[in-house]
Amino acid sequence: MKIVVCVKYVPDAQGERTFNASDNTTDRTGVDGLLSELDEYAVEEALKIVEASEGEVVVLTMGPEDAEQAIRKSLQMGAHSGVHILDDALHGSDAPATSLVLAKAIEKINADGQADLVITGMASTDGTMSVVPAMLAERLGLPQVTMASEVKLEDGSVTIRRDGDVSTETITAPVPALVSVTDQINEPRYPSFKGIMAAKKKPVQTWSLADLGVDAGEVGLDAAWTKVDSFAQRPPRQQGEIVTDEGDGGQKLVEFLVSRKFV
Amino acid sequence: MAEVLVLVDHVDGAVRKTTNELLTLARRLGEPSAVFIGDGYDAAADTLGRFGAQKVYKIAGADVEGYLVAPKAEVLAQLVERTQPAAVLIGSSAEGKEIAARLAIKTNSGLITDAVDVQPGEGGPQTTQSVFAGGFTVQAYVSKGTPIITVKPNSASPEEAPASPAVEDVDVTISDAAKSARIVETKPREKTGRPDLNEAAIVVSGGRGTSGDFSPVEAFADALGAAVGASRAAVDAGWYPHSNQVGQTGKQVSPQLYVAAGISGAIQHRAGMQTSKTIVAINKDSEAPIFELVDFGVVGDLFQVLPQATEKIIQTKG
Ligand SMILES: Cc1cc2nc3c(=O)[nH]c(=O)nc-3n(C[C@H](O)[C@H](O)[C@H](O)COP(=O)(O)OP(=O)(O)OC[C@H]3O[C@@H](n4cnc5c(N)ncnc54)[C@H](O)[C@@H]3O)c2cc1C
Repeated sequence: MKIVVCVKYVPDAQGERTFNASDNTTDRTGVDGLLSELDEYAVEEALKIVEASEGEVVVLTMGPEDAEQAIRKSLQMGAHSGVHILDDALHGSDAPATSLVLAKAIEKINADGQADLVITGMASTDGTMSVVPAMLAERLGLPQVTMASEVKLEDGSVTIRRDGDVSTETITAPVPALVSVTDQINEPRYPSFKGIMAAKKKPVQTWSLADLGVDAGEVGLDAAWTKVDSFAQRPPRQQGEIVTDEGDGGQKLVEFLVSRKFV
Repeated sequence: MAEVLVLVDHVDGAVRKTTNELLTLARRLGEPSAVFIGDGYDAAADTLGRFGAQKVYKIAGADVEGYLVAPKAEVLAQLVERTQPAAVLIGSSAEGKEIAARLAIKTNSGLITDAVDVQPGEGGPQTTQSVFAGGFTVQAYVSKGTPIITVKPNSASPEEAPASPAVEDVDVTISDAAKSARIVETKPREKTGRPDLNEAAIVVSGGRGTSGDFSPVEAFADALGAAVGASRAAVDAGWYPHSNQVGQTGKQVSPQLYVAAGISGAIQHRAGMQTSKTIVAINKDSEAPIFELVDFGVVGDLFQVLPQATEKIIQTKG
């Protein structure tokens, strides 16, 4: 069993996230970064699968120098090795370019043994587009089983449970397949002291675009298929009236609702 | 005028309100063509015409139903190639975004997700998005290929513009690869009789402060004709289904009125409700961050405040 988990290094949502005024890209300098919390679920699920049988988990990330921390954290949790796609030309890459680079990297990882599963989180906590998994499946020609709240592997197929808006679905596909997991699927482990020590010796390879055979002109801000014209900070909401309940809080609430014609 | 493809979101022909919103937006950009995939078209025909579809591309269910998003993306890719539309508009559901993602790669086209507004611009549609938990708005456009845009529910008020669309049955070939992920079982969710969370004009949500008793939240919601939401803390505790979770990893709602009861207002919760028009909170703790957002707040116990308010509403309505 070989599983590739795609992870992203993101600015901490608790920090003051903003944009670079010069080129309208996400500002990554002012805020501490971390492994996207939603990707921890993907790492955890991969570990559970190999622990139940055997095999290896390779974590893959694309991002600036610091992004190696996302790999480190995954290795501390128990993943076996890491691949970091690092190239200055990647700055400002959009989702199609990201999926291109990740797909090429997965093909290169597959060269020494085809991965049975590619697992991703449900979305990044910064971009939150939730489109890279589907794009990756499209590029790799893999069956796509996304938004899994439960994953089962048996006899060359993967079956997931997906809790949709109107129904709960069971979806099956042959492996190799691409799976994305929600934050309902498991409880990600904290790295143990042993895990942290062991991670120091685990191999991390750094590949450039040239290593992947991707032309620098296909990625980065200039090659993006969408352009940001401008961004603006939303004016903070003005705090309205706050009353303390002295036995009439419910009535006051309704008076407000009536004044706004909700009742 | 160029066509604008709108993917119809429906359950057995019952068209979701978001589709009416998309048809309304599409009219700003060109002539709306509805793409109806699946069974039940007869039930949908009237609505699609009423909201201004000039054309309908109808694709029968057999080859697309029972599979995940890949066949739908193939259908749209074939239509994009044929009609060279000014844009493709799709609802911003999890499924809608995945269809859009695959379509973007297939057609080498730029993709904008979660737009809250779409306007015609010089070089094509201009979109507005709300990012970083609603803290910023971003104006963007697609600079390559056919603009593919997913639009959030409640981004436009649906306006009727009756038309009698020309209906075309489209034959598409779906690759075997697209059919590799199969839906083998579907368990419909129990109906609550309350409005859909995505579409509701009023949403009342409960959090950890309910201690697991959602009855005052539900009674208040019912008095207002509202949908019921929940914080992740309440969902993780097993008090309310995940399909009702509001926030970053749940639904992102934008109702006229959002009421948060016993919810602290964490950034991930805000990401799902911050763009609501009017916000009200009931919380025991006057320091709770949710109060920074509210138009009206009550510092108090939800088990006192909500039942009193519910009774008062019922009285007022007489
Ligand atoms: C990656 C990630 C994704 C997440 N996604 C989401 C998401 O989609 N949605 C979401 O909601 N959260 C999400 N969270 C969790 C979020 O960070 C908070 O933990 C969560 O929103 C807290 O829920 P809460 O406000 O109900 O609970 P708490 O923060 O515990 O707040 C409970 C509140 O209830 C008040 N209270 C208690 N008793 C009463 C009473 N009797 N009457 C009135 N008030 C009372 C308390 O004063 C307190 O303010 C996510 C977190 C992460 C890391």
